[in-house]
Amino acid sequence: MAVLKKTPTMVSIPNHFCPGCGHGILNRLIAEVIEEKGYEKKTIMTLGVGCSCNMNASWNGDKIQCAHGRGAATATGVKIARPDLLSIAYQGDGDAYVIGLAETLNAAYRNEPITVFVINNNNFAMTGGQMSWTTMPGQVTTTSVHGRDPALTGMPIRVPEFAATFPDVAYVARGSVHSAKEINRLRGYVKNAIEAQLNGEGYALVEVLCQCPTNWGMSVEKSIKWMEEEVAPYYTLGELKGRRK
Amino acid sequence: MRKMWKGNHAIAEAAMRAGCQFYAGYPITPQTEVSEYLSYRMPELGRRFLQAENEMAAVYMIFGAYACGMRSMTSSSGPGFSLKQEGIAYLCANNYPAVLVNVQRWGPGLGTLDSSQTDYLRDTRGGGNGDYRVIVYAPNSIQETVDLMYNAFDVAEKYRNPVEILSEAALGQMMEPVEFPPFKERTEDLGWTFDGTDRPHGRIDNPQKPDALRAKVAAITANEQRWENYRVEDADYVFVAFGLPSRTCRNAVDQLREQGVKVGLIRPITVWPFPYKAFEEIPDTVKGVISVESTDAGQLIEDVALAVKKMCPGNVPVYGLFSGQKIPKTKEIVAFFGGVRSGETKEVF
Repeated sequence: MAVLKKTPTMVSIPNHFCPGCGHGILNRLIAEVIEEKGYEKKTIMTLGVGCSCNMNASWNGDKIQCAHGRGAATATGVKIARPDLLSIAYQGDGDAYVIGLAETLNAAYRNEPITVFVINNNNFAMTGGQMSWTTMPGQVTTTSVHGRDPALTGMPIRVPEFAATFPDVAYVARGSVHSAKEINRLRGYVKNAIEAQLNGEGYALVEVLCQCPTNWGMSVEKSIKWMEEEVAPYYTLGELKGRRK
Repeated sequence: MRKMWKGNHAIAEAAMRAGCQFYAGYPITPQTEVSEYLSYRMPELGRRFLQAENEMAAVYMIFGAYACGMRSMTSSSGPGFSLKQEGIAYLCANNYPAVLVNVQRWGPGLGTLDSSQTDYLRDTRGGGNGDYRVIVYAPNSIQETVDLMYNAFDVAEKYRNPVEILSEAALGQMMEPVEFPPFKERTEDLGWTFDGTDRPHGRIDNPQKPDALRAKVAAITANEQRWENYRVEDADYVFVAFGLPSRTCRNAVDQLREQGVKVGLIRPITVWPFPYKAFEEIPDTVKGVISVESTDAGQLIEDVALAVKKMCPGNVPVYGLFSGQKIPKTKEIVAFFGGVRSGETKEVF
């Protein structure tokens, strides 16, 4: 029997991401899970600043735009006011791991019952490709023009590994959108992260490795290859903290 | 029955009476008692208290909660309030209400805890990025602090704009007899808040924002000016003071009146919108206006000078008594006035 798969309503508006960008895949996976749970009219998405701002135009659901780095704090306030709703923070790595590192880690530390999705594309993409804490050693960005030198700027940050050490945190995983196999796995992580909140289990964080052909200065094909060969081996994929229940 | 209450505890209890459901804050002297009190009082009332990781996180928690319609507040002092400004700018840009408390400390507030009014210009001018104003109440007693806080959430929701209570270190730390109003709760839906259904949030498109802000400022300026005038109607000289300096200033007015000198006092209760209307009562024969404030080099005096320019005929001189990190004493105000009257003290504007 043929199965007709239709686009979830929450991603039914054309998005403004660059050609070849991976954000749209994560948008769709989140939308699918929300629809599956029947939460289309019971979700508030807090958008960070960066490429996630693009979702102001395309995310077809309730959304609050907050300032750079403050996604976890805003989503915490949303959840306090409306514990009956699904409160999601959608951010990039510059937003959640650099300027918002305090808010991100403190929300995890307190085990706030929110779900945080972080797109890790190894750079500040919206501002034109500057070095982020997630930029790979040797990676050329507009603020590391000779390639990132870890001796001067540190090794790429791995926040989910740290968040997973907080004893109460409900769920932490890292997925990727660089292959069909990984996208299928990621769908499971997204589902767990949303279910953890709906079941009152606590804080959930899913980091998603994502290609950024525009700012990496690579073709999509080369971007995917670089992710497989350079990024994914450093940023281990999989569940870092599984659900207890 | 009136009971003795510490200012910071009283403002916190008043917020509870006014229906505040959520508080997020970060410890900083001299406002910490607000957090301490609420940390046990709110759970007692079935409400949420959250000690945030920093000032910015606290204001964004309020931002998220009030976007969903929950009466929420945060409090801080001088430097902590500066850290909140990004969030306050964003509350204003989105037309979200909020209630903010600033218990001022002197100067940059790094290493100093003295009572002062040195945050006046920052707080009455918006204080952060972008073009906005926060409605600012400046009480001069603990009872007035309670009464202003009781209405703060209603005003914030009416205009969809943050309301600030501008307190002072000494006002937060001292005790006075207080009577609290009964508990109230806003149960009706504000209509625009986030509820997951993606209903209209009254968002104003960018091209319309300047017009919308001008209309909001005009409405607040027309409706919300509050002040108290004391013996101004026949005054040759008028003092202007808010908060704690207004109390010693009032004593100075009484002392000088006893000596047969015709002086009066304008006490702004809202410092934004600045109560221009209060200056209508100043007689045309006025010889001078004196700003009395706990600042180092003069802040309130700028608004006083603008008001005098607008409301008083001729070029009435405006003098400034700036007492720095302390509340000016009555005798200091009387002595300063002597200098003004003799011509020894020169006007600022």
